[in-house]
Amino acid sequence: MKLNKAFDKSLWVFHVNAASCNGCDIEIVAALTPRYDVERFGIKLVGTPRHADVLLVTGPVNRQMADRVRRIYEQTPGPKAVLLCGNCGATSGVYYDSYCIEGPFDEFIKKVDPNAIIVYVPGCPVRPEAITMGVVEAWKQLEVLRGEAK
Amino acid sequence: MAHAPPYPLMIGPIHPALKEPTMFKFTMEGERVLDVDIQPGFNHRGVEYLGMKRNPLQVLHLAERVCGICSGAHQYVFCRAVEHAANITPSVRGDYLRVLVAELERIHSHLLWAGVAGHELGFDSILHYTWKVREDVQDILEIICGNRVNYSYYIFGGVRRDVTPEQVEKARKIFAKYRKLEDTILDIFLTDPTISHRVQDVGVLTKENALKLSACGPLTRGAGVKKDVRFSWPYGSYGDMMDDFKVVTPESLGYKATGDIFSQVVVRLVELFEAIRMCEWVLDNLPSGPITSEPNLSALLMAKLRMAEGEGVARVEAPRGEDIHYVRLKKNKMELDSWKIRVPTYGNIMSWLTMFKDAQIADIPIIIASIDPCIGCMDRVTLVDSGTGRERDVDWAVLHDLSVKRSRGLMP
Ligand code: SF4
Repeated sequence: MKLNKAFDKSLWVFHVNAASCNGCDIEIVAALTPRYDVERFGIKLVGTPRHADVLLVTGPVNRQMADRVRRIYEQTPGPKAVLLCGNCGATSGVYYDSYCIEGPFDEFIKKVDPNAIIVYVPGCPVRPEAITMGVVEAWKQLEVLRGEAK
Repeated sequence: MAHAPPYPLMIGPIHPALKEPTMFKFTMEGERVLDVDIQPGFNHRGVEYLGMKRNPLQVLHLAERVCGICSGAHQYVFCRAVEHAANITPSVRGDYLRVLVAELERIHSHLLWAGVAGHELGFDSILHYTWKVREDVQDILEIICGNRVNYSYYIFGGVRRDVTPEQVEKARKIFAKYRKLEDTILDIFLTDPTISHRVQDVGVLTKENALKLSACGPLTRGAGVKKDVRFSWPYGSYGDMMDDFKVVTPESLGYKATGDIFSQVVVRLVELFEAIRMCEWVLDNLPSGPITSEPNLSALLMAKLRMAEGEGVARVEAPRGEDIHYVRLKKNKMELDSWKIRVPTYGNIMSWLTMFKDAQIADIPIIIASIDPCIGCMDRVTLVDSGTGRERDVDWAVLHDLSVKRSRGLMP
């Protein structure tokens, strides 16, 4: 199989837990470990947003975390994409009518950056296969951005 | 320029080793921890409040999402609390199947913990190895419940799905595989010097403190306290299993219960393989009959719950300790009248206060990870020099490096 251009550079992701229930977080780790092994595509979890191409966000963004999530987003250098893992990031999920939720994440982040690239990975929790697919999708979007910048 | 100790050291709220964002404020003298203050609340989602806006069947799904790792335990205990309030007795087969899934969950949770603990020590091969092993139990959970995490298996009166002979056969194959791995896994964790040097005599919780601080779960059993709801207040099929299983303490494997992290490693590993035997026991002794004592039709079940009035309390031994739910139902009211959850970690965080005493900065990640399985969220520790008010940022990678270096330094 010939790898397409999407794989010419490796993709580094940074994981942000914005008050999730951990269901999605453990599936993210499962995706990184040998059964699913996304590291073989060069996808790597890094320890700081400043090194990341993609932010992996889980959880509905509660009040306490809102400002921190915004700061992490701003610290990530562009071109960047957000991979929104799980229903509760996309729609606030089961927590939609809680008093302490600032999300859903996409509405929240569009206020910070109207042109944010967001890839939605649905599921409660997401499956590791879906995360892999989401990363590939994010990669394609980043390629488009790089192309435009040239 | 010298400054007088002690220095404050902040960790969090986006927490290095805990899945939930929490904040720690350490008081340091050089590398040594003098005191610690814990400030939780960053992962607050208002779950109890939401429960009071929904009916019990809807809350079932909310209860799972209190925590994705012990989701089954929360659903189980919530079911039992509502059953207590509404006077429902679960069916016998249902009770057995509940225990099957609860123990499968314990297997996955303890393997997860073992991997994360290895990672915090800088031993990533262990993370990958245990998580590879863990995928097999995820397969069983998926075969039996239909989902890898958040199983939605429990319902008032029993469980939702029955097991078929093919599923049982598949599950047995995987249990056999695990039992073959038992020696290897025990060997890796208990005899490898990289691990034992880092966890022996670190994060000690004495028996006296464990009792005084009401710790629960493997943490307190590591300190030699025989506290396990499954045996002291049996529920489900545990009452029938009492003859074949005992509370696990480090003494089960011939180690002294010193209360350090090593003791916890021993307890969790022994429990892991006990859980496998418990699953096999349940499959061997599974009684026939209906899987639920209530109509498996939500309208009928709701009609019954609507007429119920009363309070219910239930306790379940989740992988991390005792989980308690309190529920109050009112007649002709669909929503829960009141809901209170006391999760195991809530009982355990106070133990950190004593476990961190005299620890080193490099040991902070493993002590945090030791009481609770967790995802290394990441990042940002700020060392504030109280003398000058000057801040030094140490990100998670640096903290992790420190931990790795300490592992190397200890190698003979
Ligand atoms: S989407 Fe579901 S499983 Fe994932 S973090 Fe949210 S509530 Fe948990």
